Amino acid sequence: MTTRPGWSLSRPARAWLWQLLAVAGFAALVLWLGHNARINMAQRNITFGFDFLLHPAGFDIPFHLLSWQLTDTYGRALLVCSLNTMLCASMSIVLASALGLLIALMRLSGNPLAAGTARTVMEVVRNTPQLMQIFFIYVAVLQSLPVPRQSIVFGWGFFLNVRGLLIPSPDIDSRMLLLGCMVLALAVAGWVARPPGSIAGVIVGPMLLLAWAIAAAFSATWDLPAMHGFNFTGGLRIPPELLALWLGISIYTSAFISEIIRAAILGISYGQTEASLSLGLTRGLTMYLVILPQALRTLIPPLTSQYLNIIKSTTLGAAIAYPEILQIFGRTVLNQSGRAVEVMALLISVFLSVNLLVSAVMNRWNRRLMAQGR
Amino acid sequence: MKALWKPLFGSPLNVVLTACMLALFYLTVPPFLHWALANATWDGLSRKACAPDGACWAFVRARFPLFIYGRYPQPERWRVDLAFVLLVVISAGTLFAPRRRGWWLLALLVVMPIVGTVLLVGGVFGLEPVPTGDWGGLMLNVVLTFVAVVGSLPFGILLAFGRQSTLPVVRWGSIGFIELWRGSPLLAVLFTGLIMLPMFLPNGVTVDNMIRASVVLTLFVSAYMAETVRGALQGVPSGQTEAALALGMHKFGAEILVVLPQAMRLAIPGIINIVVDLFKDTTLVSIVGLFDLMGVINQSLKDPNWLGLAMEGYTFAMALFFVACLVISLIGQTLERQYGSAARAPRR
Repeated sequence: MTTRPGWSLSRPARAWLWQLLAVAGFAALVLWLGHNARINMAQRNITFGFDFLLHPAGFDIPFHLLSWQLTDTYGRALLVCSLNTMLCASMSIVLASALGLLIALMRLSGNPLAAGTARTVMEVVRNTPQLMQIFFIYVAVLQSLPVPRQSIVFGWGFFLNVRGLLIPSPDIDSRMLLLGCMVLALAVAGWVARPPGSIAGVIVGPMLLLAWAIAAAFSATWDLPAMHGFNFTGGLRIPPELLALWLGISIYTSAFISEIIRAAILGISYGQTEASLSLGLTRGLTMYLVILPQALRTLIPPLTSQYLNIIKSTTLGAAIAYPEILQIFGRTVLNQSGRAVEVMALLISVFLSVNLLVSAVMNRWNRRLMAQGR
Repeated sequence: MKALWKPLFGSPLNVVLTACMLALFYLTVPPFLHWALANATWDGLSRKACAPDGACWAFVRARFPLFIYGRYPQPERWRVDLAFVLLVVISAGTLFAPRRRGWWLLALLVVMPIVGTVLLVGGVFGLEPVPTGDWGGLMLNVVLTFVAVVGSLPFGILLAFGRQSTLPVVRWGSIGFIELWRGSPLLAVLFTGLIMLPMFLPNGVTVDNMIRASVVLTLFVSAYMAETVRGALQGVPSGQTEAALALGMHKFGAEILVVLPQAMRLAIPGIINIVVDLFKDTTLVSIVGLFDLMGVINQSLKDPNWLGLAMEGYTFAMALFFVACLVISLIGQTLERQYGSAARAPRR
């Protein structure tokens, strides 16, 4: 092939020209949209700015972890409802993982009845819309529950009625809590610093935590919910909105998590199990010490993206009026303050920052695995 | 019998598992059958006609046309049926035709949208115009899914190439776009799109809610489509590009004529997954004021004649979605096997 000097010289120049055009086009689009927005906002007498975050909100948030008064600001409302979102997300992550593991183990158990049931449940759950499952739980199940006077009694202080699930709330001694933090730190440190191949390092930490949990449960004073007049006092009340969202998200995501876990475990060659058994380890220890640690490597990236899905799915709470970030900030605050652009920008950036953080960590992890030549 | 004995009762753990499962079946299956079939009422004009402890399928029967077509005028519903049959035939042709698949794909991506719009919107060829505000029910879910998939395919492919580009602006622009959409919850995005779009358009320009929802869904799905296509592009061996370049093809020609067709074959299972997820997620439009199947059901539950029938309504809708999604997933698995074996065949 003959070389054409002019061609090779113009190439970078052409590339820059293209990119300049792209940037110019994008800038023009943004300017046009901004221009329209400015005209529209001027017409409706809306100003742009984030000062509204300091204005008093004046509405009630029915369920909150931090204290909330009508005179608190929109900024505090953002904090309170973000915490509600995070509460539901973390509860769902725990339950979805547990259910996913259960379904995966049932499918891998070799018992045709258990495997078949798990498969059926998984197919039904993941082939129906998540929103519909949440509505089903909320409207068809929880809202048709009896009134508090005729609550369903589970025993040990657990009651279920149309106002939600009542559970005993523990009042743990501060010294016990301090001990718990120390045990947790010890367990984490032991896990990180354990010598390679040490069985004790893997087992002792969780055992210590379990021991602390049992001790704490026995030493704590439990506040049991009890019927007084027409309603319950004492204990903790999980409102039906949170319950429906929690169960809906957990059940839906567990179907996907179970497939991820199953694929990861099946991906470990059977030779590993055979080798471990022939060394005299029991089946349980083989799973815990040989199979799961290896499966975990392939498990973590897809599992993380499921956890991100859970965090994003909590916005479905807006459909059943759970006071999460979209419901409170994206709807109530937006309607009251009229600051649509600012509210939505804040809302999206909360989710984006969580997401970008996690996907940056995931990409780095992925690169490290790739570098190991797997 | 012996082959079943061991997995069911072979070890203590298996005995416990089997017993638990049998107890679970005993606790759930008979009551459900009792409710759904034995005690169910199939005919009636209101809730009062239904037995108290059985399913009231009369509600679903009375509302069936609404659940499927929404408020689409009755004499015009054949147009929806025809469009649906066309969609099924052309999709089947695209996925399973032994030859000339390119033409089928062209029909799906170009002819079907035009014919579908003419049929559903009307206003030409003597067809009665039907405003999109009257569209609803399952039909709206199907339409939104189709529009978003067809729209996001070219856009997603473009973004996938953009993400692999050596030009930093194009590359980072694509990455930014993809991550922005993938990082945001669909409901928040739909909300933003429906509330804020008018704010960013010139004064007096209004866009109908259905179109707004379609645009938002298309952009949202494009990001996921781009990631699927990118994965597939990376799955095509680099020898293919090198060979095409060695034959004297231009860089763009090599990508579009050699790499992309092979990548799309690899991408099919991923795309089918996107279709299933999207079809389920179209129910979210009910929250922003469109009357898709979910919205129509929520509305019907408030009818004073049929109060308190949430269980029946949602069970029916879930069954519809389940069958549809299962069929699409099974098609996807068949194709995966078909192409999977082709993809694994040694290349020489």
